[in-house]
Amino acid sequence: MNDEAAVDKNKIYDEGIEKGAEKLTPEIIQNVYRKMVDAEGGARLKTYVETCVSCGLCSEACHFYLSNDKDPRFSPAGKVKQTMAVLMKKKGRVSVDFMKRASEIASTECNLCKRCAMYCPFGLDVAYVMLFVRRLCHKLGISPQYIQDTAHSHSVTYNQMWVKEDEWVDSLQWQEEEAQEEIEGLRIPIEKEGADFMYSVIGPEPKFRAQLIYQAAVIFNAAGLNWTMPATPGWDNSDMAMYTGDNEIMARTKRLHFETAMRLKVKRIVMGECGHAFRSIYDMGNRALGWRMPPVEVTHSIEFFYELLKAGKIKIAQKYQPTVTIHDPCNVIRGRGLHEMLRYVVHAICENVEEMHPNREHNFCCAAGGGVINCGPPWKMKRVDGNKVKAQQLFDAKSRGAETCVAPCHNCHGGLEDIIHHNEIGMDLKFLGDIIYEVMEKPESVL
Amino acid sequence: MHAIYNFVSGPLAWVAFILFFGGILYQLISRAIMAKKKDAFIYEYWSFYHAFRSILHWIFPFASTNSRNRPVLSVVTFIFHICIFVAPIFLFAHITLINEAFNVSWWFLPDGVADIMTLLVIGACIFFLIRRLTQPDVKFLSNAWDYVLLALVAAPFVTGYWAYHQWPGNQLVTILHMLSAEILLAIIPFTKLNHMFLFFFTRGYMGSEFGAVRFARDW
Repeated sequence: MNDEAAVDKNKIYDEGIEKGAEKLTPEIIQNVYRKMVDAEGGARLKTYVETCVSCGLCSEACHFYLSNDKDPRFSPAGKVKQTMAVLMKKKGRVSVDFMKRASEIASTECNLCKRCAMYCPFGLDVAYVMLFVRRLCHKLGISPQYIQDTAHSHSVTYNQMWVKEDEWVDSLQWQEEEAQEEIEGLRIPIEKEGADFMYSVIGPEPKFRAQLIYQAAVIFNAAGLNWTMPATPGWDNSDMAMYTGDNEIMARTKRLHFETAMRLKVKRIVMGECGHAFRSIYDMGNRALGWRMPPVEVTHSIEFFYELLKAGKIKIAQKYQPTVTIHDPCNVIRGRGLHEMLRYVVHAICENVEEMHPNREHNFCCAAGGGVINCGPPWKMKRVDGNKVKAQQLFDAKSRGAETCVAPCHNCHGGLEDIIHHNEIGMDLKFLGDIIYEVMEKPESVL
Repeated sequence: MHAIYNFVSGPLAWVAFILFFGGILYQLISRAIMAKKKDAFIYEYWSFYHAFRSILHWIFPFASTNSRNRPVLSVVTFIFHICIFVAPIFLFAHITLINEAFNVSWWFLPDGVADIMTLLVIGACIFFLIRRLTQPDVKFLSNAWDYVLLALVAAPFVTGYWAYHQWPGNQLVTILHMLSAEILLAIIPFTKLNHMFLFFFTRGYMGSEFGAVRFARDW
């Protein structure tokens, strides 16, 4: 079985890459490469690629490297060596097959989790280089098909999942009605101007995980908060265009998101439990728009729950009993340093906590983030097999009694779910909101 | 032999030092301009406090997680980098030459200490070579140039040790010593050895971004 998978791994067919590559010639590649490097390849790119002394100190930072029997091709510097270093050395004179492989490496073998930047003595940012390669692939039209489809969705609908405007409002009202059966008079306030905050979620929430909106509404209701959700496009904070390197769509999507918050005259945006969306709003999208920091204050759920619990706005009826372990999502931990707040929240709502090791900034990635899970079914097993270290971490936590893994990020959920299932780890996976909803006092509950 | 000696110790030395200092200036200024044009946010996010915090964590052994994970390599690289700077700059013979030429001098190391430091550098280079050849990931990452660079770094120390101990052919070796050191100085700014000065900027920027924007540690 394992051998078969290993053989199959080398034969993954991705329609987006293959069909796109049919239209390419080495001349086109060189032309596009030169234009892109002239316009965007600056001091960082040059320094990151040329100053690497190939010491190999980044290798063991990477879950792909560790999980693939320390195959050097998966070391962060190795990925640069196989892609950008060659492109720069040959000034873009590479074959179509080379670019196909480069697209595969940049999009499916790196989660852009930046763990390696913490292991490189020089602080070279391989994630940045891989994103540069992805952007080149985007310009060449050889991004993997599934993630390209989500980028198209952003372009057309301003959300990731082709959710139409009426479907969106409908989903909110549906969840409101559902919640009203539990809590009388509960509202999901839509288009409420001047509310304290706009709650924004990612496209997959109304599409697949609508109960999360329900739970958030119950929590905000119990805390007596003045909040709102927009009825118009701009409600979605997610961003797969960021991960295909389609910076133009990224910027357009983020601008609408910020403008929607401004239109509603809210004091800040509070986001659901998603990591990459936070990266898009707090790190990359705002930069692309020329904002040093987001023009509207942005608070991630972890921090928001921390505020609510600390201020006593949510009361815990009885703490969650099964032992939990904590998965630290890269984009809000290495991306925003929320690890201690995450622990405060988890300890406030759970009775027993068993840490995974390593943890906090040093935690291993879920292997789903950075758009890798969005590259879809063709790449699934490569992703799951590419994260045996995470499986080991989870097994280890389980052996110390952990029955539930808390992961406050959608992509992490997707990735961990596959890892738990494939390796038969037998562990529950929950968002903070799942647990808070379960253990909190619901004063107006009619059930 | 005298003519070659004079050429290598005179004009060629000037060329080497001009390329070294000029090259550093060129690399820093050109990168600063390029960054202003294409990576403007580097200036926005740069924070001296967080940059130094990160640099300090990465300059001393065992201050970063990765350094603690690899105690032997950490110690070897730390000693190597100290010796490669201190030994040539504070060597009595070098200071004497400079004193003869420019009438300036400074504190110098006892010869025995400099001798040991030279051996440490050579030993570290051998360690790096073996590591490069035997550790699969490092071997994969290395190309021919990495080995050449390592040899170029080791050469002035091997020849210097040879010349100091007056082993056979030391006249020729002295010339090779100067020549190899000049080649090394001249190429530092233009090869990956430029991490000698770029380190402070790459690490500093990562420290700034992690510290001031991401509120996370990067060590």
